[in-house]
Amino acid sequence: MKFTSPATETIFDTSTVVGKATHRVDGPLKVSGRAPYAYERHDVIDGQLVAYPLGATIAKGRILSIDTQHAKAAPGVHTIITTLEYDELPKDERNVASLFGGDKVVHYHQAIAAVVADSFEQARAAANLITVKYDIEQDLDFDLERQWQQRGTVEPVSATGDFAQAFQSAAKTLDREYRTPGHSHAMMEPHSTLAHWDGDALTIWTSNQMIAWNREALAVTLGLEEDNIRVDSPYIGGGFGSKLFLRSDAVLAALASKASGRPVKLALPRPFVMNNTTHRGETIQRIRIGTDAQGHITAIAHTAMSPTQPGGQGEQATDQTRQFYAGANRLIEHHPVEMFLPESNAMRAPGEASGLMALEIAMDEMAEVLDMDPVAFRALNDTQVDPENPKRTFSDRNFTRCLSEGARAFGWHDRPQTPASRRDGNWLIGMGMAGAYRGSPVLTSGARVRLQANGTVIVETDMTDIGTGSYTIIAQTAAEVMGLPVSAIDVRLGDSNFPRSAGSGGQFGAPSSTAGVYAACVKLREMIAQKLQMPEAELSFSDGAVHSAGEPQLIGTFATDAELVAEDKIEFGKFRSDDHIVSTFGAHFVELRVHALTGEIRLNRMLAVCDSGRILNPITARSQVIGGMVMGVGAAMMEEMAVDRTQGFFANHDLAGYEVPVHMDIPSQEVIFLDTLDPVATPMKAKGIGELGLCGVAAAVANAAYNATGVRLRDYPVTLEKLFPGLPKV
Amino acid sequence: MKTFTYEKARDPAQAAALAASHKDAKFIAGGTNLLDLMKIEVETPAHLIDVNGLGLDTITPTQDGGLRIGALVRNTDLAADAQVRRDYPVLTRALVAGASGQLRNKATTAGNLLQRTRCPYFYDTAQACNKRTPGAGCAAQTPGAVSRQLGVIGTSAACIATHPSDMAVGLRVLDAVVETILPDGSRREIPIETFHKLPGQTPHIENALQPGEFITAVSLPAPVGGAQSYRKLRDRASYAFALISVALIRHPDGSGRVALGGVAPKPWRLQAADDQLPNGASAVMATLLEHANPTAANAFKIELAERTLAAMLAEE
Ligand SMILES: Cc1cc2nc3c(=O)[nH]c(=O)nc-3n(C[C@H](O)[C@H](O)[C@H](O)COP(=O)(O)OP(=O)(O)OC[C@H]3O[C@@H](n4cnc5c(N)ncnc54)[C@H](O)[C@@H]3O)c2cc1C
Ligand code: SF4
Repeated sequence: MKFTSPATETIFDTSTVVGKATHRVDGPLKVSGRAPYAYERHDVIDGQLVAYPLGATIAKGRILSIDTQHAKAAPGVHTIITTLEYDELPKDERNVASLFGGDKVVHYHQAIAAVVADSFEQARAAANLITVKYDIEQDLDFDLERQWQQRGTVEPVSATGDFAQAFQSAAKTLDREYRTPGHSHAMMEPHSTLAHWDGDALTIWTSNQMIAWNREALAVTLGLEEDNIRVDSPYIGGGFGSKLFLRSDAVLAALASKASGRPVKLALPRPFVMNNTTHRGETIQRIRIGTDAQGHITAIAHTAMSPTQPGGQGEQATDQTRQFYAGANRLIEHHPVEMFLPESNAMRAPGEASGLMALEIAMDEMAEVLDMDPVAFRALNDTQVDPENPKRTFSDRNFTRCLSEGARAFGWHDRPQTPASRRDGNWLIGMGMAGAYRGSPVLTSGARVRLQANGTVIVETDMTDIGTGSYTIIAQTAAEVMGLPVSAIDVRLGDSNFPRSAGSGGQFGAPSSTAGVYAACVKLREMIAQKLQMPEAELSFSDGAVHSAGEPQLIGTFATDAELVAEDKIEFGKFRSDDHIVSTFGAHFVELRVHALTGEIRLNRMLAVCDSGRILNPITARSQVIGGMVMGVGAAMMEEMAVDRTQGFFANHDLAGYEVPVHMDIPSQEVIFLDTLDPVATPMKAKGIGELGLCGVAAAVANAAYNATGVRLRDYPVTLEKLFPGLPKV
Repeated sequence: MKTFTYEKARDPAQAAALAASHKDAKFIAGGTNLLDLMKIEVETPAHLIDVNGLGLDTITPTQDGGLRIGALVRNTDLAADAQVRRDYPVLTRALVAGASGQLRNKATTAGNLLQRTRCPYFYDTAQACNKRTPGAGCAAQTPGAVSRQLGVIGTSAACIATHPSDMAVGLRVLDAVVETILPDGSRREIPIETFHKLPGQTPHIENALQPGEFITAVSLPAPVGGAQSYRKLRDRASYAFALISVALIRHPDGSGRVALGGVAPKPWRLQAADDQLPNGASAVMATLLEHANPTAANAFKIELAERTLAAMLAEE
């Protein structure tokens, strides 16, 4: 199915399943421990061995030797693979740092060996017996601050109008710097893979968001034909972008399995999640805004710097500023700085999460300069066209409704007008808000649907469910189109033997994959119509039956002889991006209290209003948004990858040192979905929701902390000591 | 994890004797700290002596009106004990501020006192650490190192780690006494004040215990009364080690006691600082933290301690 023009009236406009609150179809499996995750695929193949990885303990240099003598002799050990036995393995274009092979070290905990043993404990103990000699490269710079102070000029990412002139002549201006630290995905399930070779054919049971990308990358890295690789990842214990790409778990497991001639499984230890895999890069950002006397933005510039491994981009924190707010004169600059920290790469809402942490404080500050309500200031600068190219229009943008409905629902009018003016006993009370913006990209997505004689439909697609609810919304989509209950749909995901899908990432998974399933179901309906020798348009599908002019016929009867199989994919036409910007919008509101003496922050309540097109399932969508809000609270108040600036690694590489919010940090959360539909987005008029919930949250918290204390924080996380300067003296 | 042998002790005297007769022996109680450290080979005992079968899990009155807490009383049970809650509420509050419910169910009184530091460099065996390997150096004190969580007072050029226990801070403000049995069968009592050692040049020596010495109980003197509170400050609301914590006992006449956690290699309390309590938080902290030697990243702990005590005094 090709999506080449905006959707018109569809069956989803009168839906009975899609859009209705539906509990996760995989929920019972998960809460009863029966959903098989990668490290627990005990049943798929006999004779599994366990591997444990060894990481480099320097940031950069060369490995002179790896002594495995003692490790080889340790109990239970079968094989040891070391990086010195391989040439540097080719990497897929989506990876920045090489994953294994060769003597070069470019970051701490780069994988340099793996020990294969009968048990996990034996493999880990033996790995500790390996000794490595390095030639360490000294005097490397891991200090982003220094790089920022010494920065030169860069070619702008984009320049519209004449920013410099407009900023200079603006009636009111703001020029501020903001700092966001690195963040770890810190998902519950670390990267894990079980690998097995059958001759030249490799199967990996793994935990990965993007099956097809993973297979392509494995083919490149291991020099295999894609057809000889099978990737299976039906359940994923969180990813947040950390599992978008091929990672060392799969490479090491595959090589170790080859070397030992047995199936081998390997999970990355938690410190590897921080230092071996990817993270959201640290940023320093400068934002300049100029307005006229009424508060219309006339000039806006966003400059950001972020560290990256050579060849990467780092965190693109300026992305949203290109399109979020109006203004004729614009300048966007990005300085990626080469640094041999672990690889900075996509993490939930890459770009926007860090960028909005800065931009949405700047908007708050600018509103204050103008003596305007921050909600009104944002609404005034809404735009329905791409500010860089007014010929492109937003497909469906209801940002001002998010602002106004949020302000009303939250009681924004009652906020303390002056910072540090409301007190309840020992607590200073503040309210803050922020705008949310996140693009809603799509990718081609395919599916196969198999009608069974018993009237059920099996859906197969390599789409993944990373805890988000893909199983459920896909079942709802198929149920809706085929006129079946959700219980009659058997969704099978995450297997490279299934048709290639969008996968999970960039909040493109839900809109793309459901559209792909829709396409395949339409094809199945056409096949049934053909059997009836009737035009598909004259049939209706409901209550498990096909209704035409004559008697309704149970749908299973069309598969009595043999299952009826249809396969199709959704392909998105260029009109979507040539003529439009398809994005999601939101507004976050936060009320919090700050202890007047200790500076402790406690949230009182949070509200998100989301404009995301058709909400496919309010339960799973809400769960995405409140999860994003929790992540935003983490970014606001505690999450920070603490860089050892001399050695070049993240020192807090476990979940005791890298703190994420606990239940006690999270107050009552409310989510309002605007009942919007975006016909340009997909045939189902749906957009992504998985990342929007995070965008802007941290700034709303920081703005509320300012409102409570009068201390403007531009350096995350907002920890208590940073508030001391504005708190009453002892 | 290194290979180790394992046996169950029969009684406290035998436990101590066994520990002395094996090279690199360790007692294992709840295991919540020791096992974690063994997995990453920060601890590499050759022999484990399981003391869980020894009883020592009751809380009984002492002759002088105090309480004797068996070494194996679980943190959950100690915190919930009616007498402790009534007469030593600062101890209950300190306990429940620590770890999580599940961990407290396993954690024992003795094990809690002997838990090791949470310095991030201590946990990464690739990093130089005098506490793990005497003489290796202290990665936490190299320029550019991460030290926000570490100590500000009582530290040394060899080590700036803190003792992370909350319970110990409560015990310190109550003047608890650690009761032990030695491998030769003799017993001794060690005041909590001198139980934990400052690092000096030997940060690997963390307490006054002799090789093989086994803790049988911790005793509390007769209740001292007063309003008792414990306040723990951290970046998230629960389940994190303290940036700083304050244990406070305050009498109606304004006198009282103050001990700090999260700032030093031991619960930090000075008589001279207690004496300043009638003069307010600033006076107390000026004395208590007079010789502080923080890093740039953790200097805030000094003001935080002052602010926290002020908040506690204001909230009474
Ligand atoms: C995730 C996590 C979070 C935590 N958060 C906190 C916190 O916020 N605050 C806090 O205070 N603590 C915290 N803890 C630490 C916890 O309190 C300790 O792990 C626990 O108290 C240790 O008790 P245990 O009985 O399990 O000791 P074990 O691990 O069994 O033993 C610890 C040490 O004590 C020795 N030992 C045990 N019993 C005796 C004895 N009778 N005589 C002599 N030596 C003995 C052992 O040999 C060992 O060296 C946390 C722990 C974890 C894992
Ligand atoms: S502060 Fe102490 S525990 Fe930390 S690295 Fe230095 S010596 Fe080791």
